[in-house]
Parts: sequence; C-alpha cells; structure tokens
Amino acid sequence: MTQKPLEGVRVIDLCVVWAGPFATMLLGDLGAEVIKPENPFVFQPMTRGAMARPPQMLIGASIAWAGGLPHNEVGDRPWDYNPTFVSLYRNKKSFTVDLRRPEGLDILRRLVAVSDVVYENNATGTMEGLGITYEWLKAANPKIIFVRVPAYGSNGPYAHARALGVHLEAVMGHSLLRGYDDADPSSNTAIYSGDYLAGAQGAFAVMTALWNRDRTGEGQLIEIAQAENAAAMFTQAIMDYSLNGNVQGAMTNRDIDGRSPSGVYPTVSPGTAATSDDRWIAISIDTDEQWSAFGQAIGSPPWATDPRFAANAGRLEHHAEIDAHIAAYTATQDDYDLMHRLQAAGVAATPVLEASRMFDDPHLRARDFFKTQTQPASGAYEYVGPLWKFPGTPVEYLQPPVMFGEHNDYVYRDVLEVSDAEFEALKAGGHIATEYDASVP
Amino acid sequence: MQALDNVRVLDLTQHIAGPYATRLFADFGADVIKVEKPGGDVTRRMGPFKAGQAHPEKSGLYFYLNCNKRSVVLDLRTEEGKLALAALAKTADIVVESYAPATKERLGIGYEWFKALKPSLPVVSISNFGQDGPYRDFKLTDLTLYAFAGEMYSMGETDREPVKMAGTAALFESGAASAVGIMGALFASKRHGIGQHVDISLAETHFGGVDRRHATAIAFQFSGRKTLRVASHGGGMPGGIYPCADGYVDFTNAGLRPDRVAAMLNHADWLNDPRYSDPMQRMDPAVIEEWNGNFIGWCIERTKREVWQEARRAKVMCGPMFTMEDLFTDESFRNRGFWTRTSHPEMGELTIPGRPLIMEKNGWELRRAAPLLGQHTKELLAESGLDSTAITAASGGAA
Repeated sequence: MTQKPLEGVRVIDLCVVWAGPFATMLLGDLGAEVIKPENPFVFQPMTRGAMARPPQMLIGASIAWAGGLPHNEVGDRPWDYNPTFVSLYRNKKSFTVDLRRPEGLDILRRLVAVSDVVYENNATGTMEGLGITYEWLKAANPKIIFVRVPAYGSNGPYAHARALGVHLEAVMGHSLLRGYDDADPSSNTAIYSGDYLAGAQGAFAVMTALWNRDRTGEGQLIEIAQAENAAAMFTQAIMDYSLNGNVQGAMTNRDIDGRSPSGVYPTVSPGTAATSDDRWIAISIDTDEQWSAFGQAIGSPPWATDPRFAANAGRLEHHAEIDAHIAAYTATQDDYDLMHRLQAAGVAATPVLEASRMFDDPHLRARDFFKTQTQPASGAYEYVGPLWKFPGTPVEYLQPPVMFGEHNDYVYRDVLEVSDAEFEALKAGGHIATEYDASVP
Repeated sequence: MQALDNVRVLDLTQHIAGPYATRLFADFGADVIKVEKPGGDVTRRMGPFKAGQAHPEKSGLYFYLNCNKRSVVLDLRTEEGKLALAALAKTADIVVESYAPATKERLGIGYEWFKALKPSLPVVSISNFGQDGPYRDFKLTDLTLYAFAGEMYSMGETDREPVKMAGTAALFESGAASAVGIMGALFASKRHGIGQHVDISLAETHFGGVDRRHATAIAFQFSGRKTLRVASHGGGMPGGIYPCADGYVDFTNAGLRPDRVAAMLNHADWLNDPRYSDPMQRMDPAVIEEWNGNFIGWCIERTKREVWQEARRAKVMCGPMFTMEDLFTDESFRNRGFWTRTSHPEMGELTIPGRPLIMEKNGWELRRAAPLLGQHTKELLAESGLDSTAITAASGGAA
C-alpha cells in the first residue's frame, strides 16, 4: 500500500443522507480512516435506504437510484446494497452501538479519544438529544475537530427547519433559476447540488482545520450552514441582484452569458423516454468563429449561413428559430458521431448521457475510470471512480461499500481494546450486531 | 492568523472551476498569486456587470471568484514571462493550472518544467477531460459538462428535453471538488514530501460525484434499471412542489413522516386512516390525487413564508422558493451574518455572500477585494528579484 495524504487521520462518521457521507468519502479516498457508528435499533431513512426491510413491491415502485437493488430483489441485507448507500460508503468502516444508552455513549467517548475528527449532518438537535455536544467531545479529546452541517445554521428562526438539499436550494433561489423558461417550477425534478458543494467543502474544511491543528495544536468547531454554503453556485444571479437589482429567472438550457445557440437537441434514438432510450445532444457555441465552423461541420445548410445569424446578437435574438433548425438536423444524427464531428470543428458538444451508457464510453475506459468492488453481501460490480487522479498517492478503493457492523471486531478489540468480558456484555446488550434488530421495519 | 496563511498557491487557472477552488484557499489565508494573461481572465468579460456595462473591472462573476487574491500579469508566450513564472514557482508551495493540455505543451510549461525547477512542488491540473484519453482536447462548457457527466439526462419532463441547473452550478461543483484535490496534494507534499502531478478532469468530478450520477450508475449495474426523466419528488403525501399564495413551496419527500404532516395540518385523525398510513395504500395515485387536492387548498391560502413557518413548527421538510429579492431581503440570513460588504475602486460599495462556512479558529476573512488586472505585478515580481525592465518585459508591457 502506498502512502496516502491523510494517512493516520481517524474520522468518526455520524452522517446521514448525502452531504455528510460525501465529505467523509472524500476524506476516506485521501487515506483517512473513516469509522461509522451505527445503531441496530434505529434506522436512519435515506442513508442505508428507505426502510431496513422494504417490501418487495416498494423497491419496484421506487426510482432506480433508490430501489434498484441487485437483481431487483430485497434479499437478506437490503441495507448493505442500497444504490445510494454503496456509492457513498467505500473506504469506510462500520461498527454498531446503541448511542441512546449510557454504555453505548461511553463507547463513542472512548472512540473520540483516539480520533481526530467527528463529522455530523443530522437535523439540528439530534446530536444534543444523544448528549453529543462540542463540550462533551472536547472533554473526551481536547484536540478534536467537530464538523456540523445544519441546513440553515445553528441559530436564528430557521435553525430547526427540516431540509434535504432540494429544500434549502429552493430557499437559496436555485429552484426558480433552473428549469424550463415556459413552465411553472412544479416540473423541476429534485436535485441535490448543494449536497455536492457542502460535501466537498466539508472535506476541505476538515483538512484546513487539520492544517491549523498541525500549526497550533488546537482542534475546533466548524459549522457549515448548508444553505449559506450553496450560495456560490448561483453567483451570477446573486451578483446581478446585488449590483443591479435584477431578479433572474429560469432559462431552460440557454447560456447565462447570452452566448447562442446553447441547447439540447434530439438525436437518433433506439427508443423513447418511457424506457430511458431517448437520446439528445448538448451544444454550446461560444463565438462567431465557432458558429461558422459549426455550419461547415454539418454541411453548410442555408440557415447556417444566414447573415442574420453571423453575429451573436442576431443568434440570441433568433434563438428559437435557430434551435428549430438545429433540432431538425440533429434528429437524423447519431449523438456520439455528431459529438466527434463538432468537437473536431472546435465546438463544445456532448451527448446527454444516460447513466448506463457511461460504461461504454471509450474515454472513460481509456482512463481506467471505473473500479470493480466486491462486497460479500452483493457481489462484484463496477463503480464510478474517484474525483481526481494522484499518481504519487493513488486513490484506491481498499474497502468496498461497508456492510452493517462489518468492523465490530476491529473497532472494539483493536481500536478500543475492550476486554472479552465487556465485548460479550455489549453483545448480549444488543450493541454489537451485524444486522438491524428484528423490531426495526 | 489564518489557518492557511503559511501556504502560497501559484494560481494559473481561469474561468470558473479553478478560480473558485483557489478562492477557497485564499479565503482561509493562503497567499494566492493569480497569474493572468495580458487582457486578463476570461471572466473579466463575463457578466453580470455593474450597471450592465461590459468592463474588465466590473464583472460581478470575476469579483466573486477572485477576492483575497493578488493579480500578476505575465505573457507566458515570451521567455521573459516564463522566467518570471519560474521565479514565482520557486516560492510556491503548490501550483494549480487549468490550461488546455495542448496549450500547456505549446507554452512549454507542463509538469516536467515545474519539476525541473523544484522537484517537491505539487502541480494540480484542472482540465475538461483530463491530461490523456481520446477526449483530451475536447471543448467543454457548463451545459455540456452537466449533460455528459452530470445527471442531466433524468432532469426535466418525460416528453421534453433534459434541462440543466442554474447558471454555471456544475462548474462550481467541480471547483469545490478540485479544492479537495488540491488540499490532498498539499498534504501529500507536506506530510510525505511527495511532489506529483495531480490530474483533475472536470468530467470525472461529475461522473464520480454526488447528486445521483454515482447512484444511477450503480443502480443500473445492480438491477438493469435506468433512471427515468420524470418530475418525481419522492413518495407520499405531500410529495413535490405546490403553488401557494405568492409562489411555490417544495415538499419533496415530506411524506416520509406522515405523523409530522398530520401535525402540520392539525389532522391527527389521518394517522388512523389506512389510506394515509399504510405504506402501500399511500402509493395509490387516486389516494394521492384526492389528498393533494385538499392540500393545495391549504397552501394557496398561505404565503410561502407562512407555509414554511407551519412546516418548521411541525418539523416537516419544506423549502419555499425564494427569488433573489426574497433572499436579499430575508432578515434571518442577514442577522446570521451571511452577507458581507466590501468596496472596489471601480465598482464602489458592494454586498456579496460572506463566509462559506464558519471555523471558530483562524477561519474565513475577507482581506481584500478582487484585484484589478495586474494590480500586484510590480510588487510580486520585485519581491521575486526581477528588475523593472524584466518586469515590463514579463508582463508584455502591462507593468
């Protein structure tokens, strides 16, 4: 095993859903040891799935990324192979403990004492309800770095508002800034870009705090109000209001700087959207020169040389007319073939890639992007690769998506060095388990 | 003191993703030296502009992305420019660059060039599709990035075209991911003495990133199922976006907690009605339609802020759809210190979002507004030992 940037750093993952687990996944990819305490008596929805033991009908009725379990079967351990869970829980360890009971909380305290970072993104009040506060953590380990990711911050009237990424993005303006310009926003499919941003910045913040601790010897508390953090993504809209009082709105797929055309156009498709077999190409023209090159690349039809469209201002004014021409052309074209022809002419164009097609993409294959992981509960599959390539300290998937309680022996015996008697007592008390208690639905 | 004030970043990035990543370093104290070509970063020519007037010192986008940095103009097509770059590189802890790979080769400033100057120096390259592979030289924009590598395919209505996120959100996501990569390279250098060339592909930051592409990909591997493009908002009641008196409110997945929804609506009796409480009956479209009809009536009598207040009282997941005006005028954001004020020689006083996160010790500070083009060319190059003739030559006559 080669050296990793964060080798020797231990992170306790008290995270739920996406934003927190994404942060700790990035830390794990960089070599930190990430340990997740899990409770056999409490199922956190939307982390290891919707329910511990979902009815077979429910997984079929759920959208693919939530219900697409291996072979479309619930199986014995659905919590171990929920698609959203497995894609966030590589390079992490799992052990079980019931933090609602004093002896369980004491186990956490002992783990904190030998860790560097505690990361949580639960609803405000959840940690306090368990007795886990910054003061409590500091008593266990004065140098601990504690990251909290409340939706709107720990104070003010929104402190206790319940939110997923999509809700706080509505508040930050994203929902009214995206989508079709001719439709009301109720057709906006939920997106979670704020989870991405807060997750990445959370990992950045942890490393910044570790850097600070190396210099000063001090740990600290970090608060990432996820709504506030998301603001950067809407810089143009925020600055336009700040500088000019303009309230921007949805603009479908047009360019925010008015470079035209910019759109998504139909291509030859093997089927329809009803089976996710419709195909589209996205095209962005940046300059007048690119517009000219685009026209030549598609055989110089008369509309492509229309003098009204030669300059960007004319193309922007007539964008609907141009879009119709482009769509009529692209509808007869193969998306990948057209991408290659347009890119050869210096024009940004890519298929709108449905996820299953990633695995056939020659560029991703040439870069060896995918990684096969073998998890005992589900078997061997190809997963998406890491976000960066480090030749000197490579990101490796050393631990496949972690199974519930997989590291009970490691955490209790090797890290905490509990006695056999204590181990057996905790096991008898239900703390140490490898599946959810039968009482958990 | 700020956490990163012992770090110097030589920043050869432009546009959005790279500058956003290096701004995070600058915000937490790093000395970020932004190298601009003569004429400046392309975002100096992108809006929104103050008063709508295109001007290289009046772009709100450039401003936001480059606060806390110093700007030096170098013409890297000349030997003098490269000599100045070499002098700066020797003082840096890390180099971040976003040239197209072919441009970097043409300029002769690839990783090997930096390595020859200082073997321990990590260099992070941020490019469209990475430093190798068949698409290495392809163009990429925010739209095509999200289309190809993000989850755009499943965003929108089934019978319409897929639709993107707002503005250039996808590029900002890539920038945040890049900041983590840069920090990883810095730790590898500091803790293990490893200099290396880190390769960040904007496309791969989305192919491998959160917001579903990671999950839709493995869901297909597991089950053969694809993710449909449907305006779905999770199961249950309520589930989705509803009109209210003055706009819209988002109740995605709120129906996961029927007990709280019943409390919000003062209808505890619903918990005893199997149509609303049984997990399977709750999925019957006829039941949902009837329930939604009543719920819309409740929403439409209330403003988005009133609906949200009721939802907060009962701990129901909800988000009112704010406009930028709603956000700027919101007292709670203001009172928490979300906004910060600064001033700029060309733009005057302005309000921008402040800290992205709160570190209790040695954290975020706004030390300086975004630099004027080449504002620090003379001071930085003089510090690096260049005389005034060399400085003028290096900057292509700009200083």
